[in-house]
Amino acid sequence: MNCTDLLSHLSDYFDDQLSEELREEISVHTAGCQHCRVVLNTTHQTIEVYKGAELYEVSPGLRDRLHDAIMARCFAKK
Amino acid sequence: MPAIQSPVTEEVHPDVALVARAKDGDTAAFEQLVRQYERQIFRVAQHITQNREDAEDITQDAFLKAYEKLDQFQGNSKFSTWLVRIAVNESLMRLRKRKTSKTVSMDEDVQTEEGSIPRDFAEWRPNPEQQYNQAELADILRKTIQGLPPGFRTVFTLRDVENLSTEETAEALGLSVPAVKSRLLRARLQLRERLSRYFRQKQEGQPA
Ligand SMILES: [Zn+2]
Repeated sequence: MNCTDLLSHLSDYFDDQLSEELREEISVHTAGCQHCRVVLNTTHQTIEVYKGAELYEVSPGLRDRLHDAIMARCFAKK
Repeated sequence: MPAIQSPVTEEVHPDVALVARAKDGDTAAFEQLVRQYERQIFRVAQHITQNREDAEDITQDAFLKAYEKLDQFQGNSKFSTWLVRIAVNESLMRLRKRKTSKTVSMDEDVQTEEGSIPRDFAEWRPNPEQQYNQAELADILRKTIQGLPPGFRTVFTLRDVENLSTEETAEALGLSVPAVKSRLLRARLQLRERLSRYFRQKQEGQPA
């Protein structure tokens, strides 16, 4: 496995979609390739830092307003 | 198909009953669905359009459309995925109208490899959470995701922020699974590259 191969498997690696053999090849490659090790680590951190991050908080006020507006539009007297 | 052989492990999603009741005109059932998904739909719309007023409008439009088209919902997908799909389409339409963004289709902006080839090879130390407080971190994450082309931003948002499966993401975007995977990989790599500017380990003697 070379660096380009590793890159192409990266998403499947994180999504747990790889065979045991490919996972093993990746760990062998990263043991000897510092660049790929960093890319693997920091891509993992990228995914983790965004996971469940509440970037756009919906305040209770906004939620109430939104909810009322949706209901009003769906059930407007025709 | 003999009913007896239906697998016992197959659990029926609670939305199925709510949708059935809503189709029969049960207002409370529909309101329950609204309650369950209004925040998610708002977040998705906000991520794609990067505009709060647009996101509010889109959320309303999406639920209205879902309500009007409820009879067409066949239950082949999850109700939430169907709803997200409506919201994504509304959001992309809104972007197209606004035209502040150069490319607004799911296809146009994915031809280039630009930004997907790793160039920064510094570890992130200490962890981002240790380098920045919560508000600063949220600000960095928002700014960084805003810089992605809409097609990548949308895939990443659904898959990695809202935690849809790859298959659900494909369904919500009208893309094939391989197309989602390839966009997701590039979105993740581009974000990694951009975030490295903030999170990379500072070299000894280098001004922070
Ligand atoms: Zn390598």
